[in-house]
Amino acid sequence: MNSFTVHSGLAAPMDRANVDTDLIIPKQFLKSIKRSGFGPNLFDELRYLDEGQPGQDCSTRPLNPDFALNLPRYAGASVLLARENFGCGSSREHAPWALEDFGIRCIIAPSFADIFFNNCFKNGLLPIALPADTVNRLFEAMYASEGYTLEVDLPAQEIRTPDGERIPFKVEAFRKHCLLNGLDDIGLTLESAAAIRTFEVGHRERSPWLFDTIA
Amino acid sequence: MAGQTLYDKLWQQHLVESRDDGTGLLYIDRHLLHEVTSPQAFEGLRLAGRQPWRLDANLAVPDHNVPTEAAERSGGVAGIVDPISRLQVQTLDDNCGDFKIVEIPINDRRQGIVHVVGPEQGATLPGMTVVCGDSHTSTHGALGALAHGIGTSEVEHVLATQCLITRKMKNMRVQVDGALQPGVTAKDVALAVIGRIGTAGGTGYAIEFAGEVVRNLTMEGRMTLCNMSIEAGARAGMVAVDDATIEYVRGRTYSPKGEQWDQAVAAWRELHSDPDAVFDAELTLRGEDIQPQVTWGTSPEMVLPVDGVVPDPDAQETATAKEAVRRALQYMGLKAGQPITDIRPDRVFIGSCTNSRIEDLREAAAVVRGRKIAASIKQALVVPGSGEVKAQAEAEGLDLIFIDAGMEWREPGCSMCLAMNADKLGAGEHCASTSNRNFEGRQGFGGRTHLVSPAMAAAAAVAGHFVDVRSLTENQS
Repeated sequence: MNSFTVHSGLAAPMDRANVDTDLIIPKQFLKSIKRSGFGPNLFDELRYLDEGQPGQDCSTRPLNPDFALNLPRYAGASVLLARENFGCGSSREHAPWALEDFGIRCIIAPSFADIFFNNCFKNGLLPIALPADTVNRLFEAMYASEGYTLEVDLPAQEIRTPDGERIPFKVEAFRKHCLLNGLDDIGLTLESAAAIRTFEVGHRERSPWLFDTIA
Repeated sequence: MAGQTLYDKLWQQHLVESRDDGTGLLYIDRHLLHEVTSPQAFEGLRLAGRQPWRLDANLAVPDHNVPTEAAERSGGVAGIVDPISRLQVQTLDDNCGDFKIVEIPINDRRQGIVHVVGPEQGATLPGMTVVCGDSHTSTHGALGALAHGIGTSEVEHVLATQCLITRKMKNMRVQVDGALQPGVTAKDVALAVIGRIGTAGGTGYAIEFAGEVVRNLTMEGRMTLCNMSIEAGARAGMVAVDDATIEYVRGRTYSPKGEQWDQAVAAWRELHSDPDAVFDAELTLRGEDIQPQVTWGTSPEMVLPVDGVVPDPDAQETATAKEAVRRALQYMGLKAGQPITDIRPDRVFIGSCTNSRIEDLREAAAVVRGRKIAASIKQALVVPGSGEVKAQAEAEGLDLIFIDAGMEWREPGCSMCLAMNADKLGAGEHCASTSNRNFEGRQGFGGRTHLVSPAMAAAAAVAGHFVDVRSLTENQS
């Protein structure tokens, strides 16, 4: 997993509430057995005018000229500004994979769906929840100024705007630690292997019917 | 000290260790796998040289991609026409073979949608922690289990460690008092709750469904209700164990037997919230107030009673809400003020992990029995949730009722709920669907989904437009 420390990037809008994971990456692309290559199909149904198919060359497909991420001013964006309940719907990790593969490193929204929020951290993506009026202010500033770049400082837990404002944000200590160091949390959990085995012995004594039935 | 909620108890019973930052290492009893969200997890294990922690905790079944037409299905994995789908299902077979995980393969009689198969086989039991790389894992909470969806990284994590690093959720109780009117089902309750609290209303919560209405639901109905918890934003939904739970579990393939059964039942009887337990949020509905529901928009919270009219964007309070309604109406091809009963579905889909169990099929069959689907309906699919459900339905003659009405009787799988196989909507087509999500494109590019109960889907199939199912069943002798 990529580590995340301080990231400075162009901001782009996904200006609607309740963006669901079907919208982020439609189901036909979930048939892939790989973890990469989803970027060209990020927001596929909004981004292109035709219906996308897996394995297709997206460079020749007709683009939706009204979709913000297709506008030249947002080319190369890596910070996504979004609205309430971003990432609702399915548990597909293909959603953060698609965002990451597209080049997004940080998503700022008033709120996120739980499973999506959790999945982001497993993929070097930083989701930041800020009060709705703060997000609104960022949207307005971004729309008003082409090339609007935000600096996201994870160690300091603050976002710095082009006009020098510092916006603090919260992140859980463990998630921050893993992101900063690009850590695989399986390795960390296996450091507790002895505790897991001890628990398992007691659990089996208390509830033997939970063991050995499927084999 | 206040008593514990059901969720508190399940959490406590599975906590391996608490961490200073408020997270906990939670032990997972049952891990269900399917072909879509597992291949990258198995690949991760291979790359790291890891083996599954505990083989007997896992059970796999292909469901999302499998064809539901008998002819294509008869060829097994090799017969799947779409090469990308075929590879994904084959990859599940291969991974289960390589890692020695028990799999119910494509044409096994027990195969079906993972959230139908788990409870049906007794693979998910009261008191378990259950996870699966699928958000509708909340379904299994109906048995008094702590069950929720996870992403692929966590699938790998559970395979490798039998645990999840997670933070305790808050407690919400949704209490439905009184009784449901005839023709109103668990699906209508679920949609009514989502209509009330919104698709983010349950974010961060585990929801316990309680009250007389919930107590009187069958296990199938409780599964429908818990299934839709995630559509209210809650990863987990659950119902306390009672006699209905225990009778449901009794005698299933993987259910405890003999002495262990008695021991298990004694433990399961404790799986309810204490009378003095405190919830962080509570919602109370009256069963009598709930009407048959139909979604009109592109989010499950965009839902109305069947006698409602499509809302006006300008009547919404916030700019974001106005824009959301305007966009939804445009996508759905509907006008503000249009009665719900004027909407004419092109296709009907009865199936999915929400509504493909035997009781759902009985409900739908009761409506179409002796009737024909309207000429304007291009297709009406009935897709049983598993081979066991299919066999039971056929034993009861339900298949013939559907076929006589002009509907198609299919092989089990996820089918048109998410259209990963060949079952999908065309652009602009409306669908009366018993599934769980009406998101843009969910059932096919440009497809327009209206979420309803099986009875309401069947009624729409017969009438050619949405209609209060009670107006059809009341006239039946």
